[in-house]
Amino acid sequence: MYKYVIRRILIFIPMLFFLTVIVFILAKSAPGDPFSTMLDPNVDQQVFEERREALGLNDSLPVQYVRWISSVIQGDFGQSLVYNGREVSELINDRFMNTIYLGLVALFFTLIVAIPIGIYSAKNPYSPLDYFATGFGFLGLAIPNFFFGLIAIYVFAIHLGWFPAQGTVSNPNISGFQEFLDRIHHMILPGITLGLAGTATYMRYMRSEVLDVLGSDYVRTAKAKGMTDRNVLYKHTLRNALIPIITLMGFEFGVLVSGAVITEQVFNYPGLGTLFIDSTINRDYPVVMALCLIFGAFILVGNLLADIFYSVVDPRIRYD
Amino acid sequence: METATSQPPNKNPEFNEFNSSKVKKSKSPFQLAFRRFLKNKLAVMGVITLFIIVIMSFAAPLLTDHSPTKTNLLMVERPPSEEHILGTDSSGRDIWSRLLYGSRVSLTVGFSAMLFTLILGVIIGSIAGYYGGKIDNIIMRITDMVLALPFLVLTLTIISLVPKVSVPLLVTIIALTAWPNMARIIRGSFLSLREQEFVLGARAIGASDFRIIFKHLIPNAIGPIVVNATLMMATMIIIESGLSFIGMGIPQPQPTWGNMLSDAQNIRILRDHWYAWIPPGFCILVTVLAINFIGDGLRDAFDPKSDRR
Repeated sequence: MYKYVIRRILIFIPMLFFLTVIVFILAKSAPGDPFSTMLDPNVDQQVFEERREALGLNDSLPVQYVRWISSVIQGDFGQSLVYNGREVSELINDRFMNTIYLGLVALFFTLIVAIPIGIYSAKNPYSPLDYFATGFGFLGLAIPNFFFGLIAIYVFAIHLGWFPAQGTVSNPNISGFQEFLDRIHHMILPGITLGLAGTATYMRYMRSEVLDVLGSDYVRTAKAKGMTDRNVLYKHTLRNALIPIITLMGFEFGVLVSGAVITEQVFNYPGLGTLFIDSTINRDYPVVMALCLIFGAFILVGNLLADIFYSVVDPRIRYD
Repeated sequence: METATSQPPNKNPEFNEFNSSKVKKSKSPFQLAFRRFLKNKLAVMGVITLFIIVIMSFAAPLLTDHSPTKTNLLMVERPPSEEHILGTDSSGRDIWSRLLYGSRVSLTVGFSAMLFTLILGVIIGSIAGYYGGKIDNIIMRITDMVLALPFLVLTLTIISLVPKVSVPLLVTIIALTAWPNMARIIRGSFLSLREQEFVLGARAIGASDFRIIFKHLIPNAIGPIVVNATLMMATMIIIESGLSFIGMGIPQPQPTWGNMLSDAQNIRILRDHWYAWIPPGFCILVTVLAINFIGDGLRDAFDPKSDRR
């Protein structure tokens, strides 16, 4: 197992390198250069050239790449072109945790809905609830999350008034536990919206996995020994059926962070997603590129964790 | 799919099934798949629904007299009336007309993005899977590179690099970011197919690489290709509507279901004018659902083993 984990981490390094290369290529293909917006267009062409030279924009691409990557490693993504030249890292810091919280809420909803319903569906296939769950699965995968979000706001925020429609806190003066509750209250609708597609996917997976395991020989053996249904379910079935779910969660890690892009926009939630959309609309390239790097890193780390976890929980897995 | 025959039908009812053209030839896998597909009620329903939507988008000029782009500032945000079945939007444009004409754009973008992605994916995946070795390695590293970024993030970034988005440009950008998944699927099936004896046989009689790929390998991998292409079209429609919703897709005034929904980001329209945003959202949902049913039906039809549900 350790061998596998080490090999998997070694693969992670070139992938991280590919990620930085593609982000660098994207950054270099951005039209204009930092001066086209920062400097007065009437400035003499020669001054312009001198500044370019001083900043190393005339160096060869590999040299520029090395310089860029070494500042990125130190957390320096440059300055925003739009937000009064604020540091990009500062902008991201302000919103980073909001997106993480939202992702966790979404994951929480996904798991508490998908796993029990998936198990129930598998234990009672073709029951009314199973049909209902299958229908829900189809709908959940077909509905665009922004449309679902709009409906959620329309029904639960505007008409029923149960949840706020936007933002993270309604009263900036509260703190402690009350603030926590208020934040949760604000995250319920976006969390459900973000978790919807995942819920539908997990439910399908859970159902087919449990059905698979229930039909396997060792479950029959366990039943033949006289084990109760309950024990068969908890001691044999779930342990094996949850393995693919755990792997999926690793992938979901990255999906949630980037999936937040549109959901956050619908709920006007101040996370990385809204920052990303605002920056693409404003052509604020330093922010866009930094976020690309972060989203990409999330996906890679998520995949890495999924693979490692997979090899830990399932000793049958050996890659050679 | 059924082959037409000019011979009169056999009088003996027992032999009716063996129509003269099929006496020598048993049913092709395609015909078998087609039969299984027709038995799947949801899939057939999906085909009918999609057919109706396509017909309505073609017949848009017959179903409405209003222009989808003509603004009328005296008739802004009107509720549904006899003249405007679904009322008017914030620029006084007829919503029903925009819905009909918008379906053209949404379906065109969805279909052509799927087709373009499919072509790119098939070509790249075939080369990687057929030749293997070093070429495969290089192509797969490029694939990893494109897949290192989430699809939506990469697409949005590229869109932010271009000055103005149009339909062909959007389709190209989507295809350039979406091909890796298709390429991987095709590469995977080619890697196992190319070791089989019929490929060796074809090579032995001197068939060119091109012929082997197109005449022997692709037809054998057609099941997963068709299924994934179908499901991909649904994804493409969602992607286009999502991009247009946040204002980074097809720009106004050209209507698409996605940019019609973006009006609802205004909480006043969301609250007071349900007829402005529920219909386009519902259209996306129904179209995607129909395509997904067709895709699932095709999967079960091509692969009887997948019948696990």
